Amino acid sequence: MSKEWPLYEIFIRGQHGLSHRHVGSLHAPDAETAIKNARDVYTRRNEGVSIWVVEAAAITATAPGDKGPIFEPSESKIYRHPTFYDIPDEIGHM
Amino acid sequence: MYAQMVKSTGTGVKSLDEMEPEERAFQEKVDADIRIEARDWMPEGYRKTLIRQIGQHAHSEIVGQLPEGNWITRAPTLERKMILLAKVQDEAGHGLYLYSAAETLGVTRDEMTEMLLSGKMKYSSIFNYPTLTWADIGAVGWLVDGAAIMNQVPLQRTSYGPYSRAMIRICKEESFHQRQGYDIMMKMAKGSEAQKRMAQDALNRFWYPSLMMFGPSDANSVHSEQSMAWKIKINSNDELRRKFVDQTVPQAEYLGLTVPDDTLAWNEEKGGYDFAEPDWDEFFDVLKGAGPANHDRLEARKTAWDDGAWVRDGLTAHAEKKRTAKVAAE
Amino acid sequence: MADALFESLLRLGDNALILGHRVSEWCGHAPVLEEDIALANTALDLLGQTNLWLEYAGEVEGKGRSADDLAFLRDAWDFRNVLLVELPNGDFGQTILRQYLYDQFNLMNLEALKGSTDTRVSEIAEKAAKEAAYHVERSRGTVVGLGDGTEESHRRMQDALNILYPYALELFITDEVDAEMAKAGIIPDPKSLEDTYLAAVGATISEATLELPQAHFGHRGSGRDGRMHTEHLGHILTQMQWLQRAYPGQSW
Repeated sequence: MSKEWPLYEIFIRGQHGLSHRHVGSLHAPDAETAIKNARDVYTRRNEGVSIWVVEAAAITATAPGDKGPIFEPSESKIYRHPTFYDIPDEIGHM
Repeated sequence: MYAQMVKSTGTGVKSLDEMEPEERAFQEKVDADIRIEARDWMPEGYRKTLIRQIGQHAHSEIVGQLPEGNWITRAPTLERKMILLAKVQDEAGHGLYLYSAAETLGVTRDEMTEMLLSGKMKYSSIFNYPTLTWADIGAVGWLVDGAAIMNQVPLQRTSYGPYSRAMIRICKEESFHQRQGYDIMMKMAKGSEAQKRMAQDALNRFWYPSLMMFGPSDANSVHSEQSMAWKIKINSNDELRRKFVDQTVPQAEYLGLTVPDDTLAWNEEKGGYDFAEPDWDEFFDVLKGAGPANHDRLEARKTAWDDGAWVRDGLTAHAEKKRTAKVAAE
Repeated sequence: MADALFESLLRLGDNALILGHRVSEWCGHAPVLEEDIALANTALDLLGQTNLWLEYAGEVEGKGRSADDLAFLRDAWDFRNVLLVELPNGDFGQTILRQYLYDQFNLMNLEALKGSTDTRVSEIAEKAAKEAAYHVERSRGTVVGLGDGTEESHRRMQDALNILYPYALELFITDEVDAEMAKAGIIPDPKSLEDTYLAAVGATISEATLELPQAHFGHRGSGRDGRMHTEHLGHILTQMQWLQRAYPGQSW
């Protein structure tokens, strides 16, 4: 078997003003071709205005085991949310 | 279905109490409808069964391009040609999404392709039937896609995140596939005598193979029980087949076509149709490779793969040259 | 004038139709899934362009013929496509090189047609030029990649070029129909695009590390005026037109 083309993760901006969103992946010999392939594979129904591609191997991700230490500490920081503060009704919208 | 008779590697369904803590945590997430993601812990059996199931599903999409692709160059109008081409192209896209989902489980697309070509992995029995007339293209869209949708809609809720997301995208895109098939059937059924005969003939040939798509009854299957506990199978084969028949018979009546089953009758008591089972011996023959088009289908895929090797290698070599030149320039 | 316009619209429509047909033959058989999907997109664009050109051709002719009538009910001698597009697909290299040779012309031609004095022509060109621009980008990139790839891919691309290049030159064989259209500002004389075309193709071929063969289109008479076609066209039509011919006058 010859060498398989690397896997690229594809991110597409659906409409102006939105952020790019992960839509899936595909194979391509290089990043430029990955963009063209993404155009042909993931925007067949007029789904995008901008495409990002990144080689899957280049992504660094959190490990599932770290979930507790990474994400749970923020749960207790309730003072970051507006509902933590009681503002008298007569002040109006704040 | 597109994934038929997928053997689960589980050894029967364990109760939560019998499980080690990791597996128990996994099963509790599945039970609570929390998606499992690629890097999460999962039982080896879950991973292996999913690779088989998603791989088989992907292969079915790819091989499934062939019977319909057979008519692209003969489609009767420019519009029909474009619709069919767009539809068959969608199948390639769906194969691609599914391979991508399987790849997150630690298998490559090339490995899966090799397994398809060597016969180690299967694809749906339905694609071993030939498309002989233009009405067959209508019947494939109406019946085959109709049967596939029955299975795919519930799979959007499957426990494995990448698989579920692929199914959501596929279902969204497939919504026009069955309709275009029925649209062809309507034209044919309301057309000339020859067109009507063609439509009836297509229904005659595709009815039982479509029922076979759901696989034999799995009421007592250990594999099914495990897959259902893992939520990678949502409904039993019989349940989906009944649903398909109940939905399809009135559509055939509307067309003025006759379902080729003398025993077909509405059963008031159960609120559904009584219908004849397909010939399961034929099903197993086709699975084993004796179907009318098995050989042609695999040969076509082998040829595409082998003849394409120099293209894949050529573009890889060019990309490497560019990379090297870029590094040298920096 | 109407006759010349009808002729010219057939030339535009038939090129797109026959090439779209050829490219669609790849569906399900391409070297890799991503390429399968991309080829189908190209074929779909070409068939869409066919529809627009032939629909307008039918209107200009004024005999009530639809785009489908023109596509499915004319015989080989009435087709006005160049021979390049009717050649068999060959290997993938031959297909993609033929695609590039056509795309490069199609884009330049459509860009010029955007300025047509005939608004219908300019509107169609406006839409089609966007598609063609992407087609060139894609087919050009693949030609360069395969030309400058492995030894085998290089050899195959050179073989394809030796076969196809003479046929590309047919795009510039012109006649009085072209002269009349150019004079009216409706469709540019293909000759006026020849130099830029040859320069663009030359640049691509050299980037692909290939060599342009010494070549010219040797036939007297061309697919553009219907005096010449390859035997392949008849076989394309027997497939494409089969249902319409076998069951005449039906609705599908």
